[in-house]
Amino acid sequence: MSNPFHLVVDNVDKRFNTKQGEFIAIRDINLRVQRGEFTALIGHSGCGKSTLLNLIAGLDVATNGVLVCAGREISGPGPDRGVVFQNHSLLPWLTCFDNVYLAVERVFSSTEKKPQLAARTEAALKMVGLTHAMHKHPNEISGGMKQRVGIARALSIEPAVLLLDEPFGALDALTRAHLQDELLRIVADTKSTVVMVTHDVDEAVLLSDKIVMMTNGPSATIGEILDVQLPRPRDRLELAENTDYHHYRKAVVEFLYSKQKKAA
Amino acid sequence: MTATLTIDAMLTTPGDAFVAAMPAPEAVVEITALTAKQIAAAADREAQTQLAVRRRRERLASLVQSIVPGLVGILIFLLLWQGLTHVATQIPGPAKVWDSAVKLFSDPFYRKGPNDQGIGWNILASLQRVGLGFGLAALVGIPAGFMIGRFEYLNRMTSPIISLLRPVSPLAWLPIGLMVFKAANPAAIWVIFICSIWPMIINTATGVQRIPQDYLNVARVLNLSEWKVFTKILFPAVLPYMLTGVKLSIGVAWLVIVAAEMLTGGVGIGFWLWDEWNNLVVEHIIIAIFTIGLVGLLLEQALIWIAKRFQFD
Repeated sequence: MSNPFHLVVDNVDKRFNTKQGEFIAIRDINLRVQRGEFTALIGHSGCGKSTLLNLIAGLDVATNGVLVCAGREISGPGPDRGVVFQNHSLLPWLTCFDNVYLAVERVFSSTEKKPQLAARTEAALKMVGLTHAMHKHPNEISGGMKQRVGIARALSIEPAVLLLDEPFGALDALTRAHLQDELLRIVADTKSTVVMVTHDVDEAVLLSDKIVMMTNGPSATIGEILDVQLPRPRDRLELAENTDYHHYRKAVVEFLYSKQKKAA
Repeated sequence: MTATLTIDAMLTTPGDAFVAAMPAPEAVVEITALTAKQIAAAADREAQTQLAVRRRRERLASLVQSIVPGLVGILIFLLLWQGLTHVATQIPGPAKVWDSAVKLFSDPFYRKGPNDQGIGWNILASLQRVGLGFGLAALVGIPAGFMIGRFEYLNRMTSPIISLLRPVSPLAWLPIGLMVFKAANPAAIWVIFICSIWPMIINTATGVQRIPQDYLNVARVLNLSEWKVFTKILFPAVLPYMLTGVKLSIGVAWLVIVAAEMLTGGVGIGFWLWDEWNNLVVEHIIIAIFTIGLVGLLLEQALIWIAKRFQFD
């Protein structure tokens, strides 16, 4: 019997053992993500949104509960989930091509030959608009370009779920907006299922179908889930005058700054 | 001159001869325009050559600035040395040492019995010992460093022993070497081995421990094989640290070989230095000192050059 949901998080808790005793990072997390859905996890820093993403990525193990991705229980990291890290995490001694190729080779080398692997790598880099910088090393390209390579690497392995951990957090506002538009287009083209951690309200509303708002930590959990029913394709300029957009934006802002006000 | 050239050029165009002889008004305008353009071009060329000359001059100036202080330093050093020879008369002056060095290096590879060989042979013998001892140390030390860096338990297990043995003077190991190998040459190589292994172990282990978690996360989310993790992530990330260890090791090895050879004898720059002391040829002792310094400098520069090629940030 197949689950109608692509990604299921069921009653998940994560506790850490620290010197001061047990620390409950997140608790009672229940989340259902459909195929092709874009979900944003938003909350103040320390709310455990990255912890939750790490659990889905398999980099951490849940203390309680079950996580299921594409019908299989998550027991560790695996190439069925593509991860884009906050600080790009490209290997500086490899070219952009080789960074992506490393991932492609891992997933497809058992069934495909070298020319096909190279073609996949090139296609992934073309998708993010980096064909011209393919053979450059990461230190020769800008921060935005590095993050694009990170996205290309994550998508090149055709993951069931794409996980983004504040991917544009370290970029300047203009580059960030540009990459958000690119991501909208790429996700529309590839029909990817995406879970993205962010602390940017506009980013969440612009990109998501569903915004998962988390309460403040410790012992954080899901406070509210907002369905964003804005039509796609979405355009930043048109949305600026869209009343629904402002309504969604207001709902998130209210949650973050009045219900979950963070003492600075 | 440019105007004549233009008219000449126009004359070559068939049917335009009369225009050249009696220029029509628009032709005059054309000529002036062309001339103006050419003058501008010539001025531009002029400016460019001037710029090139100025650049060359600036480059020369910066080169002079970087070399001159060193030369001044050497000059003062030589003057002090010369002055010293008046006080301590047994020390030969720079000129005398230079003459002797020219003679010595004009025939570096002669052989007159085991105790009288050219300076080239002596240097090569020392380099060979260093190479062997150092190579063996790298063979053991670098993998050991990887293991110690990768496994915390091993790190805790070995750290007291390493901390205890590392500060021991390399020459203290010589009697052990002589006893075990019953020969001078392997004992000298043993001393080089033991003194150059520590920097390589420690730096490699530090490199492994300092690999950014981000890189390891990449390996984890992709589920890379151990071999891929090693060749694509671990090794390249540790390489700069490893090369620092290698550089330190080579430096120590070259320091120690001279001392070890003084004690063990045979062929080698250290032994040669000691032999010349016994012969009381002070010029040769001074030549040996500079030669040792120069070879050490070259070894270090070579490793810095290699290390630079593997720098990524």
